[in-house]
Amino acid sequence: MTNVLQMKEITMQFGGVVAVNGLSLEVNQDEIVALIGPNGAGKTTAFNCVTGIYEPTFGQVDFLGETILSNTPKGKMQKLYTGDIVPRSLPTISNTPDVITKKGIARTFQNIRLFGQLTVFDNVLIAKHMRARQNVFSATFRLNYKVEQQMREETMALLEEQKLAHLKNEIASSLPYGLQRRLEIARALATEPKLLLLDEPAAGMNPQETQDLTDFIHQIRDSYHLTIFMIEHHMDLVMQISDRIYVLDFGKLIALGTPDEVQNNERVIEAYLGVSDDAED
Amino acid sequence: MKKNKIYTLLALLAAIGLLAFLQANRSEYSYQISILERSAIYAVVAVSMNLLTGFTGLFSLGQAGFMAIGAYVVAILTIPVENRASVYYVDGISPAIANLSCPFWLALILAGVVAAGIAALIGIPVLRLKSDYLAIATLGFSEIIRAVISAPQLNQITNGSYGLKNIPGFPNLFVAFGLCALCILVMVLLINSSYGRAFKALREDEIAAQAMGLNLFRYKQLAFVISSFFTGVGGGLLAMFMRSIDSKTFSITLTYDILLIVVLGGIGSVTGSVLGAFLVTAGREWLRFFDSPLTIGGFQVPLFRSGFRMVVFSILLMVVVLFYSRGIMGSNEFSWDGLGRLIKGIPARFRKGNAQKGDHTS
Amino acid sequence: MSLSTFLQQCLTGISLGGAYALIAIGYTLVYGILRLINFAHGDIFMMAGYFMIFAMSSFPWFIAIPLVFLATILLGVTIERIAYRPLRTAPRMSVMISAIGVSYLLQNLATYLFTALPKGYPEIPFLKKIFQIGGLSASLVTFLTPVLTLIIVYVLIVLINKTKIGMAMRAVSRDYDTASLMGIKINRVITFTFAVGSGLAAVGSILYFTDRMTVFPFSGSLPGLKCFVAAVFGGIGSIPGAVIGGFILGLGETALVAMGFSTFSDAFTFILLIVILLIKPTGLFGEKTTEKV
Repeated sequence: MTNVLQMKEITMQFGGVVAVNGLSLEVNQDEIVALIGPNGAGKTTAFNCVTGIYEPTFGQVDFLGETILSNTPKGKMQKLYTGDIVPRSLPTISNTPDVITKKGIARTFQNIRLFGQLTVFDNVLIAKHMRARQNVFSATFRLNYKVEQQMREETMALLEEQKLAHLKNEIASSLPYGLQRRLEIARALATEPKLLLLDEPAAGMNPQETQDLTDFIHQIRDSYHLTIFMIEHHMDLVMQISDRIYVLDFGKLIALGTPDEVQNNERVIEAYLGVSDDAED
Repeated sequence: MKKNKIYTLLALLAAIGLLAFLQANRSEYSYQISILERSAIYAVVAVSMNLLTGFTGLFSLGQAGFMAIGAYVVAILTIPVENRASVYYVDGISPAIANLSCPFWLALILAGVVAAGIAALIGIPVLRLKSDYLAIATLGFSEIIRAVISAPQLNQITNGSYGLKNIPGFPNLFVAFGLCALCILVMVLLINSSYGRAFKALREDEIAAQAMGLNLFRYKQLAFVISSFFTGVGGGLLAMFMRSIDSKTFSITLTYDILLIVVLGGIGSVTGSVLGAFLVTAGREWLRFFDSPLTIGGFQVPLFRSGFRMVVFSILLMVVVLFYSRGIMGSNEFSWDGLGRLIKGIPARFRKGNAQKGDHTS
Repeated sequence: MSLSTFLQQCLTGISLGGAYALIAIGYTLVYGILRLINFAHGDIFMMAGYFMIFAMSSFPWFIAIPLVFLATILLGVTIERIAYRPLRTAPRMSVMISAIGVSYLLQNLATYLFTALPKGYPEIPFLKKIFQIGGLSASLVTFLTPVLTLIIVYVLIVLINKTKIGMAMRAVSRDYDTASLMGIKINRVITFTFAVGSGLAAVGSILYFTDRMTVFPFSGSLPGLKCFVAAVFGGIGSIPGAVIGGFILGLGETALVAMGFSTFSDAFTFILLIVILLIKPTGLFGEKTTEKV
């Protein structure tokens, strides 16, 4: 099993608040791994640490064997640091989100971030821009029309595969919610990723839509040879689709395992539902 | 589609015909010509500002400064060498530039390059600021540039507050309008290219754009530098049009004028900026009648005196900003089909009497 | 430079700084609440100058001064009502453009009504009386300005921190939406903020123009911009910051003019701006905010 993503002891501290505390996890090739936990557990923050939006306070992220992010507390943070892991010296490696996307990690967002006023087609086409060989002169003076042609063809093909082709000239923000989510995923796929991070892909969906999404995720995993790492609250989706699950609570990992193992884990139940009155004696 | 190409060709021929006619009767129509030339130059700067503000979402108020740079580059390089001593009559001219001269088209390119270069430098600190701060920072730089240009210490280069004159004008109308059209054409090509799409993505959602592999700083710089290139060229064109310039020409008010043209035409519409430039420049002239006393049938209409024109103008602009914030074109561009629909729709409009309500893009 | 000349310059600087501080507070208050750079604020300050000219020509000073106050506050509140309130839900750029439009309108209106020629600012008798303290001599207004500024700032800070309306202002500037959900009457708070800001501008204009002696339609645009920079420098949204920014600006400018670099005194403001935006964009006393992704 090749290791696609490895998070090593990732700790994210904002001021005095430790949002992610010593999180270590790994995602292997072709797996669908879920990160769950109550609201505010630090899941999206963990995602943001992987994609370079936040620089982790301490820890390391490896992607396909390469360390893409690494940091240790510096300056003021050295005094403020209250994470569980004792920081040791680590090289400082930082990358902006666009670089990380170029390396092959794509993501969607909790609150759908489409290019609202642009068409469905343009939304996906822009994601193709990254892989095209061109510069501003060749693009402006149309010297690169072959490259542009290819981008457009690939975009069209992707839209057809995602059953969005008939909407290609619609303005993105005018689409119904479910389709917007689909478009966001399609756009992420256009960057030709090896690892796809989905942040609450089923948010706001009804049971039927959630079932469609489940099939959809399986299908894209297979046809695009993807590895998928997702945050999700819809337990039916999580339990049905995940190979393994990591559970986060107050920034710390409290359980990991297969869906069955996690479902019956006491600490997980406690985290979600609270401790029962009997136990308080 | 072919119909559209024919229309465009016809329109182009009509425009060339008009230019030829005006060129032949230059002295007779000099007033109208000067309005058209000024409009065209403002159109170039307005489109460049729209490129930055409307398409990339970077609210910059530094246009006057870059225009000043372009104008001074062109002036310094094109004032005939024999006239220079008399222009720099107070402190003399610096020997470094006394004999530096080149043809106007090269001077214009250099004007753009210098403006773009300075934009690149300014961009490094300024482009990471949030939108309001970006506006003020660019405004600040524009004022700094103006202060530097009018500094007495630099009199030998810029002639400080005395200004530069004897700038040679356009050889003929075709050159003047041709250059403006060329600038706008290149900017349109850029906007419709993949890089233009990237700029729009930046405007829509920076974080998503970054997640799609666009390096924010690099693309912001690109938009800023290219926009400033054309703003600089516009300034150079203005210098050639006005024949004499000084630092007062390039005050913040100039930037505001361009901004209001962009808003009037529609943020995000090139056609709008061009239309806006012509409307505002011509409108300002046409509104001149507000400035002199008006008597209708022996009754003196109150309010009409010097200065009223600008008040009316300002009120009109506030009305646009408040009620028609999408401007004339919104974010649409010109199309022959659109024009056809507009013309056909006029009788219906009269019947319904509906006004266009702006709905805001976020 | 002798000590007395140096102190004299300091006094001039502090006095100018005081006037700047009062105007800067107006910017910072409005920005704190609406996240709007009120480009028209400087022009409100300019109009206050003109109001005084007309008020003093018909009334004695003790009636004229309150009239000017009222007129300026009315102007500020009206502008908010007409030009900013309708655009509350519009994108930020639109409101800023509206502010620029109002500024433009006020300048053109002043040119139309009062002509572009500078008009003499009336002398308020007791303010121009020359006093001698130690080796320093200056008009009362020069001594009065910093003192008055500090008193007003103190009153303001008490207002913001100890009164109900002050708390409402703080709430709105922290979180606009939640404040309105909590039952705070947003419109009233905003109107009040503009009233306070305009009132301060009126005071500032009296102090500023008494020394300067002439008013013309563009007297407000550059000082206005400078005061905005002062507010940014001190930390936009922070009253102490605006005050400190104003004083630093006033002192810096006076120093430059005294040293013979008067053409750069205007550029100095913007250099200050660039420096602070590079080092600490939120200003000396400003707070950092992070965006949730």
